[in-house]
Amino acid sequence: MKVDVATLVEKLGLKTLNGLFNKEITGAFISDMVSDVMNGATPGNVWVTVQTHKNIIAAANLVDVSIIIVTRGKAVPKETLDIADRVEMTICSTPLETFGLAVKLGEAGVKPA
Amino acid sequence: MTEPNGSILLCADYEVRKGDFNRAGEVSTDIKARLKKIGFDPALVRRVAIGSFEAEMNVIMHARRADVHLEVTPDLIYVEFNDEGPGIPDIDLAMQEGYSTSTPEMRRLGYGAGIGLPTIKRNASRLMIESKVAIGTVVKLFFTP
Repeated sequence: MKVDVATLVEKLGLKTLNGLFNKEITGAFISDMVSDVMNGATPGNVWVTVQTHKNIIAAANLVDVSIIIVTRGKAVPKETLDIADRVEMTICSTPLETFGLAVKLGEAGVKPA
Repeated sequence: MTEPNGSILLCADYEVRKGDFNRAGEVSTDIKARLKKIGFDPALVRRVAIGSFEAEMNVIMHARRADVHLEVTPDLIYVEFNDEGPGIPDIDLAMQEGYSTSTPEMRRLGYGAGIGLPTIKRNASRLMIESKVAIGTVVKLFFTP
């Protein structure tokens, strides 16, 4: 099943916090350690995290992540969102905790990284 | 010292400073954009980006400052991080996955998993580290297309 950012946002009822930049999704990677993401995420992945500081955008962009989803409804600083817009990286939030979101990602056809 | 040979497609110099988390990733992001523009294979560009990011973060977290030099020929992408800092007393230990000298503040930001140097090694075609305690460290990343 082919999934893209726009489809996922709609299916999972995600709240977009900045612009929506539609890209194909190849899988998902869950981690709050930036080096772990640099190491394990593959191009086109969803990155699920509770990190919201602005360095996450550079990291996500460098490994070609398609969308960042922040769990537990955590607020994302405006400066993070501004940088995300500049590099065309969608950031969404969900009130779900990380495992709850992982289950929904699986149901939507998203595979591991 | 091994230097890249052949016709130079690109040469660039940057500076990275300690604790500059606000600008963390800017150097590696610029390197990635420039290599992409030249038209290198995206998978290779991604490897360079990941290796450069980890090296950049090491400077921000552990050194005082570093000069970064990028040199690109059709046959080699060379990135050098030459820092002024505490140096690495035991490079073999630093290369071990999970070994970390990060502070709780760095860990809170999601850094310091102790996989930075191993990640660089995995992504670079060749990695050379020269270090002198209390003087600094030179990290050389070689990527061959």
